[in-house]
Amino acid sequence: MDSILVAENIVKQYASHRALDGVSIEVPKGCIYGLLGPNGAGKTSFIRIINQITAPDSGTILLNGEPLAQKHISMIGYLPEERGLYKKMEVGEQALYLAQLKGMSKKDAKAKLKIWFEKFEITPWWNKKVEELSKGMAQKVQFIITVLHDPKLLILDEPFSGFDPINAKLIQSEILRLKDEGSSIILSTHNMGSVEEICEHIALINNSKKILSGPVKQIQQDFKEGIYEVTFKGNMIGFTNALWTGCELIDSNENNEYKKARVRLLEHKSPNDLLKAIVSEVEVFGLEEIIPSMSDIFIKQVEATSNK
Amino acid sequence: MSKISLIIQREYLVRVKKKSFLIMSIVGPLLIAALMIVPAWLATNEEDSQLVEVIDESGLFINELKNTEEVSFEHTFRSLKDAQNDLNNKGDYTAVLHIPKVIVSLPQTAQIFYKDKPKGSSIRYMEEQIAKTIENKKLEDLYNLSVDQISGLRPKVRIVSNKITEDGKSEESADSLATGVGLVLAMFIYFFIFLFGVQVMRGVIEEKTNRIIEVIISSVKPFELMMGKIIGIALVALTQVALWIVLSTAFVTIAQSAFSDEIRDVKTEQVKQLEEFNPEKGDNDVVKSEKNIFAELNYKLSLINFPLVIGCFIFYFLGGYLFYGSLFAAIGSAVDNETDTQQFMMPVTMPLIVSIVIAQVVMDNPDGSLAFWASIIPFTSPIVMMVRIPFGVAGWEVALSMVILVATFISSTMMAGKIYRTGILMYGKKINFKEIGKWLFYKG
Repeated sequence: MDSILVAENIVKQYASHRALDGVSIEVPKGCIYGLLGPNGAGKTSFIRIINQITAPDSGTILLNGEPLAQKHISMIGYLPEERGLYKKMEVGEQALYLAQLKGMSKKDAKAKLKIWFEKFEITPWWNKKVEELSKGMAQKVQFIITVLHDPKLLILDEPFSGFDPINAKLIQSEILRLKDEGSSIILSTHNMGSVEEICEHIALINNSKKILSGPVKQIQQDFKEGIYEVTFKGNMIGFTNALWTGCELIDSNENNEYKKARVRLLEHKSPNDLLKAIVSEVEVFGLEEIIPSMSDIFIKQVEATSNK
Repeated sequence: MSKISLIIQREYLVRVKKKSFLIMSIVGPLLIAALMIVPAWLATNEEDSQLVEVIDESGLFINELKNTEEVSFEHTFRSLKDAQNDLNNKGDYTAVLHIPKVIVSLPQTAQIFYKDKPKGSSIRYMEEQIAKTIENKKLEDLYNLSVDQISGLRPKVRIVSNKITEDGKSEESADSLATGVGLVLAMFIYFFIFLFGVQVMRGVIEEKTNRIIEVIISSVKPFELMMGKIIGIALVALTQVALWIVLSTAFVTIAQSAFSDEIRDVKTEQVKQLEEFNPEKGDNDVVKSEKNIFAELNYKLSLINFPLVIGCFIFYFLGGYLFYGSLFAAIGSAVDNETDTQQFMMPVTMPLIVSIVIAQVVMDNPDGSLAFWASIIPFTSPIVMMVRIPFGVAGWEVALSMVILVATFISSTMMAGKIYRTGILMYGKKINFKEIGKWLFYKG
């Protein structure tokens, strides 16, 4: 697989604290890659290393197949979690300045900014000072500044924080569009809902170490526990009795006309075995395998590795 | 355009466009012009000259107390009591000078009674005239000397100070004027290092508290950002200096042409008085006219090597600013807000304040060992060397001082760069010197 970013064995040591301990991450081209982990796990340290804000103590990083170097700065767009703008500067002037720092010419930057400002319906803000904008408005401007130079690799740290649901949707659809146009995106977030929704790959970092990585679908498959939810009509006792030794009832909900029960299948049993056992007792309306949510996986994995 | 020049441009434009910059640029020169013009202008408008009644019981002083700009004398022959009553009854006189008969043997018996206190300078004038008259009288009585002979006994001595330069030539040096020029320029450097150094620090803190810092340093190196800021602000400082020079010259010229006649009158008048005050001067002595004063001033100015002085001013100004500016940048990066800067400011501002104290000593003894060492050590050299330059300093000393200053600011900016790089991304941590020391050894 072609990768935009390959980081191998990254170690970053601060005086008494090891922020990254042998972290290896490979981000495939043209995908949205979720970088997950609890606060203080080392995500920001990793992101800063990719942005060449700091250098790793050891380890190698390849960007687009080449060792990371100064010239790659213009290929990366970075939206930090703690982001801000010069309060006293005008929006347009500031956007132009930051775009030029990324290596764009003034003319290009102006033309592109115009298109983006129109798209986000913020053209009237061009001459406003940043201090006059609301937080959400400033966030929009920051997003534009991040993506303006068509970076091949976008690194977004909590891109949805501070947005109302409408604008969050707008940003999300822009992120997806950028992906479709060929950008690769690293998304660092605590919002597991958006991870399931838009990320194809993830890496989970805890205590300075990568503890899990891979395609989201794959990870969810890997963490399945063989739990199925059955929707049925009929007698709950009959249903329970029908479960033979290969199954275990976890919980049930009898408040509706359609009763629901979650059942764990023990090893070597298939959902068909379950069906066979219960069809004679109750009327089955649905049988669904429970896929673990990323949130559950996150909590379980972090707790497991933190207690070690 | 390279990134650092973009940063310089932004730092420069943002500050120059500020209203406070415009205000400073106009108010500064106005103050300078006012300092030069107002005293002269006040002198022209001074009309509250006093009228002193002189009761001279010995009759010695009738021709010796002459009217001046500030005070006029009228000799009367009534009793002291009448004169004092008259003072109380709102007479024309503002004071009564009583010189008793015994004045020659007891010179401390003269008294003045007043309604409006005469100026200190007027009283000194009276004392001088009385003393001189008594002295003349005694010389005349004891040795039978004429007034002309006596004035010949009082030669005017002026020691011309000459500096032997390295190539063995002797040069007349510009003592008092040099002191003035050197001190003013040194004060300028002190003031601007402070003013603009703090601006560097504020700029860094602003970026940190705004949280724009991480966006910017993902595009440029922290060192570039720091240097861009320091250089941008240096250009602001130079612009300000240039504006001050141009505008104050303009203001002074305008004001002078507006008041020119009056001021010239006053000056000529003062010169005349000066001659009258010193009647013992022989005819051959310099009869100072206004022209002569200016000629002498011009001559003294010509003794100062202005291209050298101005060149050194710009060098020490920039060198000192770059050195201290980088320290201020490091402080700014280490703290979260301006109130936390106090403990770090001390070690940076102390040497600056000490330099100004040393400068005052050096003014009096520009070639002493304190002067030498203080103008070599980079913490004090920008200010102390500036005081010494107009007196003439050996070339090797200036060169040594400059080389050391350059080496220091290069290493200080490199150290500051390291502190800065770590500090700008550090939030919410209580920082102390030990911590900052550790940052110096962090790897990029």
